[in-house]
Amino acid sequence: MSTPLLEFRDVDVFYGPIQALNKVSLHIGEGETVSLIGANGAGKSTLLMSIFGQPRAASGQIFYQGQDITHRSSHYVAANGIAQSPEGRRVFPDMSVEENLLMGTIAVGAEHATEDMQRMFELFPRLKERRNQRAMTMSGGEQQMLAIARALMSRPKLLLLDEPSLGLAPIVVRQIFHTLRELAQEGMTLFLVEQNAHHALKLSDRAYVMVTGQIRMTGSGAELLADPQVREAYLGGH
Amino acid sequence: MQAKASFDPKALLRDTLLAGLLALVVFGPVVGVVLQGYDFTLRFDRVAWMVLAVMVGRFALSLYQQSPAGARRQQRGEGADSGIAVLPPGYRSHLRWIVPLVLLVGLALPFFANKYVLTVVILGLIYVLLGLGLNIVVGLAGLLDLGYVAFYAIGAYGLALGYAYLDLGFWTVLPLAALAAAVAGALLGFPVLRMHGDYLAIVTLGFGEIIRLILNNWLEVTGGPNGMSVPAPTFFGLEFARRAKDGGTPYHEFFGVPYDANMKFIFIYLVLLAVVTLVLYVKHRLTRMPVGRAWEALREDEIACRAMGLNHVLVKLSAFMLGASTAGLAGVFFATYQGFVNPSSFTFFESALILAIVVLGGMGSTLGVVLAAFVLTVAPELLRTFADYRVLLFGILMVLMMIWRPRGLIRVHRVGISPRPGRLHEEAVR
Repeated sequence: MSTPLLEFRDVDVFYGPIQALNKVSLHIGEGETVSLIGANGAGKSTLLMSIFGQPRAASGQIFYQGQDITHRSSHYVAANGIAQSPEGRRVFPDMSVEENLLMGTIAVGAEHATEDMQRMFELFPRLKERRNQRAMTMSGGEQQMLAIARALMSRPKLLLLDEPSLGLAPIVVRQIFHTLRELAQEGMTLFLVEQNAHHALKLSDRAYVMVTGQIRMTGSGAELLADPQVREAYLGGH
Repeated sequence: MQAKASFDPKALLRDTLLAGLLALVVFGPVVGVVLQGYDFTLRFDRVAWMVLAVMVGRFALSLYQQSPAGARRQQRGEGADSGIAVLPPGYRSHLRWIVPLVLLVGLALPFFANKYVLTVVILGLIYVLLGLGLNIVVGLAGLLDLGYVAFYAIGAYGLALGYAYLDLGFWTVLPLAALAAAVAGALLGFPVLRMHGDYLAIVTLGFGEIIRLILNNWLEVTGGPNGMSVPAPTFFGLEFARRAKDGGTPYHEFFGVPYDANMKFIFIYLVLLAVVTLVLYVKHRLTRMPVGRAWEALREDEIACRAMGLNHVLVKLSAFMLGASTAGLAGVFFATYQGFVNPSSFTFFESALILAIVVLGGMGSTLGVVLAAFVLTVAPELLRTFADYRVLLFGILMVLMMIWRPRGLIRVHRVGISPRPGRLHEEAVR
């Protein structure tokens, strides 16, 4: 296998005295869709944010395209092709949809903003209808779409998604995962952090299971879906 | 929230009694106990009148709020749609007609106004500058700065100290003071990068006091509470005094016109007007540039900004530095206008006043800040007869604001930003 797009090697992360990540190693190949599932507080979001150095890894290394980015600043990482749709959406409430999308280009410059925005409106037609509306006035699903579109505006090579299904109606979750599948088919590399294991595993090529800061299990999406332990712990046992 | 206008006597009674109780607690010791030499008398009748007045007021207010008209008004004040209104991109404000008009009036003012009016307007403009500067820090970037007056002091003392020790004049110090204040802003900015809200407010408050205390106590250099004298500005080396001091030429001798004592203020006014216009323009452009959007993004959601890889160090420092340099400019004008500076001009009350301008005007609203600055500086002049009640009026104004216009007098209307209309974009708009 060639160099993975993103690789964690024995990464430890601490919040004060509390260890949030314990010797985490994982890799994501170019064009792959990989998900990380786990319970609340397992350290999934910490892992995502540690790619941006917030918090920074205490030991171990994070490689991106074979280059060590463990100690790089977050804007360096963002400017070089990693974008994220953060947990809880976190769109800018008092900015319009277009302005939120423009904010997505802030790390890379607004050179291609016009055409990229058109692309986002094709991907999420709902956003086009609401282009001049303030983000605060939109539904949760629309805000999630906006958060994903905002991340895509920086033309990332790797898209990180933190709980895109959080607090959304099942039908909206299905829509969003449908769009993610489209993105994956176009060749985008996706790294998905989810509690909604069922949707995540069905979408993913490979997946990791995280328990209290450690990677417990790994396998293809289908394997994990069939695994009795995973079914018991994350899929409601049926 | 539905506009419910049902009459609720229970709530009415509760509000009234609660207000009465609060009034009793507040006014009881203040009004009820009258000192007479070393003794005191209790005056329950006065307390009773006060409490009664408050209860009647609260009763009327509650009654109004429960009426259909009041409920509607309440709704309009803080509906789900409160906050910043984003206008469609390409919207052109009526302000584009009004601004040149206001500028013309501003330019014509010295020909009509007497010295008193002129000095009041100069003071108003100085507060406009201060409000605009703090508006960047508090209104746009959302960093609560309670020690803003420190930068104002740095500007003012910059001119006084520069004149006393380095023989610098108004024109040299003007840019230097802005620079010095910006450096001070960065110095304050670095340690507080990781702080938010209350903690930030406390540190900045401390910073403001430190600067004032240094000016007050470093007697050998700053003259302490005695203050320092400050030179008047010159016009290409021509002075505005009746007799030139250091071998210069007074303007009236040079031009052969009769001496006019107002000329100094007219000149300060015109330069100040030019600087305010420039700052307004720069601020207007900045809010449309990436850095301006970054400030607003930082105010709205810092975590999202970090997730997108915004360099928050740069963004916060630039807000602090630009805000500070504007205050530095204001300080130089204040010093030269007064002809004298001392530390008592730069107390915490001044910081609070500037903050009140920003809050009253509406966080982030340029027009609001300009209006509020004039209201809060000119109104005390107009209300000289009520001078004793100034702070009381101020308080009432703030309470009313928080009820009906919690986001400021002027609702922030911001023209939406969209990418430069290229071919694709126009196609999309139809």
